Amino acid sequence: MSSRFDGELLEVSMGPQHPSTHGVFRMNVALEGEIVRKLKPVFGYLHRNHEKIGENASYLGSMPYTDRLDYFCSMTNNWAYALSVEKLAGIEVPERAEYLRVILAELTRLQNHASLLGFLLSDMGAWGTPLMYAFREREKILDLFESLSGSRMMCDYMRFGGCRVEADADWLGRAKKIVDLFPKFLDEFEQLILQNEIVIARTQNVGKLSADLAINAGISGPMLRASGVNYDIRKVDGYGFYPRFKFRIPLGDHGDTYDRLMMRALEMRESVEILKQALAQIQPGPIVNPKVKIRAFRPPIGEAYGRIEGPKGELGFYLISDGGPNPYRYRVRPPSFINLTVLEDLCLGHTVADVMVILGSVDIVMGEVDR
Amino acid sequence: MAVTLRNFAGSYFEKDRLITVQYPEERNPLPENYRNFPILIYDTDDAEAGLRCVACKICEKECPPQCIYIIKSDDKKPDYMGKPQFYPKVFDIDISVCMSCQICVEVCPFEAIKMDKDFELSKRERFDALLFRKEELSKSNEYYHRIHPVEAAAVDANLAEAAAAAEAKKKAAAAAAAAAAKPTPATSNATTTSAPGSTSAPAKAPPESSSPTASKQ
Repeated sequence: MSSRFDGELLEVSMGPQHPSTHGVFRMNVALEGEIVRKLKPVFGYLHRNHEKIGENASYLGSMPYTDRLDYFCSMTNNWAYALSVEKLAGIEVPERAEYLRVILAELTRLQNHASLLGFLLSDMGAWGTPLMYAFREREKILDLFESLSGSRMMCDYMRFGGCRVEADADWLGRAKKIVDLFPKFLDEFEQLILQNEIVIARTQNVGKLSADLAINAGISGPMLRASGVNYDIRKVDGYGFYPRFKFRIPLGDHGDTYDRLMMRALEMRESVEILKQALAQIQPGPIVNPKVKIRAFRPPIGEAYGRIEGPKGELGFYLISDGGPNPYRYRVRPPSFINLTVLEDLCLGHTVADVMVILGSVDIVMGEVDR
Repeated sequence: MAVTLRNFAGSYFEKDRLITVQYPEERNPLPENYRNFPILIYDTDDAEAGLRCVACKICEKECPPQCIYIIKSDDKKPDYMGKPQFYPKVFDIDISVCMSCQICVEVCPFEAIKMDKDFELSKRERFDALLFRKEELSKSNEYYHRIHPVEAAAVDANLAEAAAAAEAKKKAAAAAAAAAAKPTPATSNATTTSAPGSTSAPAKAPPESSSPTASKQ
């Protein structure tokens, strides 16, 4: 910030090495006493040229790089990228692969939301315990990912026209067990959150986001729905096999931090419902379309935009093909980055301590913001 | 408070939560699909002669972070089917660049490159020690069976099938070539040319090209 404040406002640079900024993220905050009067987010500390690398790597070669976007949800990143390449090249996906994708995406949503709630409580001063409870559940899901894909976080699991490794009956049984036990954790966690006076005092009426502003700023995901806008790409686009499952979309009323927090808790319950249905319906069959070439994959000339409802919001990949082995243009629509653009509007008039809680409720991962 | 107490007590009594492992002495088993860095597989006991890699450089081209470096040999040596093939004179993988994506394994048509499970890789030097040469990368098929039992068995079955198919094709070609050369039965001659390891010209001729001449006679 280059402006002068006549000695009345105090400029503070928060971050990039701040424990509550969820990575290397800096905010230039102008304070009047403890009240935030101006806030300017500064991005780019984790920029690593993802889109340009994608334009120089082959189509398949970009798949492991998408893991590194939002390193909490590599499965949904893979799915979004695979979906846009499948749209570009007109590839069919076998039924079992679609079910596996739904199962893995919903497991990703569970672990992302669980760890978000843990981090948020940690930002509010409940250091450690809630985060460890959340990470215990996350660990079980990451163990599932590891035994399926070979890596806990950098899964690199999906392929164009299917998935890479077959999930055997033993794996599905373990997944079912974890899904069945998950509501127990949710009950316990909601008991901790809902009945806690401090959480209510710190979050209700803090960081309100109106529905108009949310729509105009292009906000998506749980943050948009917390403001009361009924927009979920799983319902709107009906990609994958989501139309086959019965689930509801939780909606918030006030758009404050408390609503955003509760939105995650309610979404996890719906994810558990989807997972139960998917695990009951999945049938044996092929998991990859045999017509898709691994080597020398060249989609026809054209362009495609594939998007999914990631745990953080609308994650889209826009690809233009010139018929060559690598895309002519490769663009990511990151939900974290676009959700972060309204941070100043959310924080004005609140205290510095609230800024951290609001930032936590936006749910960002700097790998995706800076790319 | 009750929740905290219950969780605290649970960490001492619940079976699945007593997870502390005394690491260097005891270890958790790694899942079958676990992967970290690529290795090269060789058959038989000789790491040099039995190496499956034929230096086709597909993995070098497909590797997203470009961490593989191969120099092809000038001469050929027989592979596991007895067919003369090139071999890598130099095969380096910079594991400080490798991102364990497994794409080299997927694109390899010769089942030569696989993923290791060894994660204890700390070195005292940053540059040369993390650049793995061909000698460090070469691992025996037994080692591969030990780390990925299910996958290795499937790979061996595939290779045996491919070898059998190649053998049958060679036999047919040799028989056809022998029939073209001499109308009189020459089965003994055909069997000797199709023996594994032989590199004679009639054995390599594909059956499609030699069958018209056979039908002419």
